[in-house]
Amino acid sequence: MSAVPARRAPFDRVSLLALPALGYLTLVYALPIIWLLLRSVTGPHGFTLQPLASFLSDPFNWRVIGNTLKIAGLVTLVCLVIGYPTAFALAWSRGWAQVVLLSAIILPLSVGVVVKAFAWQIVLRRDGVVSSALTTLGLAEEPVRLLFTETGLVLGAANVFLPFMILPIYSVVKLIDARLLEAGATLGAGPLYRFHRITLPLTMPGVVTGIAFVFSLSVSMFVIPSLLIGDRYQTLATLTGRSFLLMRNEQLGSTTATVLLVLAVSVVVAAALVARRVGRSG
Amino acid sequence: MTRTERAAATATWIIAGLAVVFLVTPLVVTLAVSFGSTAVFTLPPPEWSLRWYAKLSRTSGLLPSVLTSLQIAALSTAIALVLGALCAIALVRGRFAGREAIATFLVSPLMLPGLVIGIAMLQAFREMGLRGAWLSLLVAHVVIALPYVVRTVVGALQLFDFALIDAARTLGCSYLDAVRKVMVPALAPAFLTSGMFAFLASMDNYPISIFFTDAWTKTLPIQMLQYVEESPDPTIAAISSGLILLAVIALLIGDRLVGLKRLADF
Repeated sequence: MSAVPARRAPFDRVSLLALPALGYLTLVYALPIIWLLLRSVTGPHGFTLQPLASFLSDPFNWRVIGNTLKIAGLVTLVCLVIGYPTAFALAWSRGWAQVVLLSAIILPLSVGVVVKAFAWQIVLRRDGVVSSALTTLGLAEEPVRLLFTETGLVLGAANVFLPFMILPIYSVVKLIDARLLEAGATLGAGPLYRFHRITLPLTMPGVVTGIAFVFSLSVSMFVIPSLLIGDRYQTLATLTGRSFLLMRNEQLGSTTATVLLVLAVSVVVAAALVARRVGRSG
Repeated sequence: MTRTERAAATATWIIAGLAVVFLVTPLVVTLAVSFGSTAVFTLPPPEWSLRWYAKLSRTSGLLPSVLTSLQIAALSTAIALVLGALCAIALVRGRFAGREAIATFLVSPLMLPGLVIGIAMLQAFREMGLRGAWLSLLVAHVVIALPYVVRTVVGALQLFDFALIDAARTLGCSYLDAVRKVMVPALAPAFLTSGMFAFLASMDNYPISIFFTDAWTKTLPIQMLQYVEESPDPTIAAISSGLILLAVIALLIGDRLVGLKRLADF
């Protein structure tokens, strides 16, 4: 043991101001989560992986995990396809176009998810807006009900999470130095080549952050699937909620909560690592 | 501009236009349904009326839950503003190891599944002997509000030039006077904006609150979802329109205080 303190940074009294918030969060947030994790691997005789093993040996649960990943993947894809160009439009826009775009992105962020999910219930009904738009455009022969289908769920969830894709990408697009693209053009690079070699690498950190946000939010969503697809289709989050709130099966709920937590955290951590790497090489 | 570039730019603007329509659809639909006259959700409604707003006051359970939500949101935001602002000062001005890790930890409740946080708190609070629904909600909602405050106030403090305080003192102000007259006005917009968004986050939270409600104490989103599942009618659209109005007001105030573009900072 060395007598030299591990932390070399000089200590000052201002630092003490962090203690109330840190103490509060540790007590009511960090310790409970650690405790939840510990309990999920603790049985009457100490350490055990038995609940986790029995959870993973049930094919039904694999279908639940599959549903969760499939929906989250599709939602992320939809958000990326719409969000990437929209982030550029937001960065290019000036005047009223900028105000419209910014308001349309920020306002929905301040409206609760119950409100939006309820609105999508109305929109996706057989006599709803989407159905009548499809029949008017001739894309559907007869009215379609998208409510309680995977398509409806993906559409509703993508709507709620789209701002979380647009804003991180926008934050890197607005930093791109236009002179880089001009230099590329001067040196004879075509537009596609310039996009591929200059724009795309420079926006990658924002894309990775956006994907991480949308994916982990979609993996954990609970209200949206409850309202848009119903009980017959289970995801990890709805199964967790149901086992606590309806079935009163805390053992199952703790196990699914742990799986959900590990999944969401690994996405965020993996994205942070990838973002650091592409940020450095870019 | 080459033809390829022009085509790409046009496509970008078209997608952005569609994205705007897509994003505002749920809000417009909610407003339209709330002013309709029929209980079926036809759009546009055959006639306009205010009957669902009139029905709001007669819907049992709705007003108490609005009051509960307002109380919890106001108190948890106030506590989060105090804890968060102090912590932000320490993070920006303090010199200690692991500041970045601590900042990430303070914002992490935004990134973890709300349902999992709720379950972990539920089990821990039970163990600690914290049983009252109202107090549990308050304690939990401070955790929801705190990340918004820390994130925004840290950002604002990093832009603040602390040399201004020394300048004010050189000019004869006491230390407290310098803080009050120079630092407080400079940081007030960020402080108020973060408080506003923390308030909205608390008002809207579902996945954590659901574990701490009982028959008497329900927050608004819980009550609303229960109502939607039991008897969906445009009354919910009417209360939703109220919440949308609240968000619009918050956006307008935020625009005046710090500008729309700063609100979009991520």
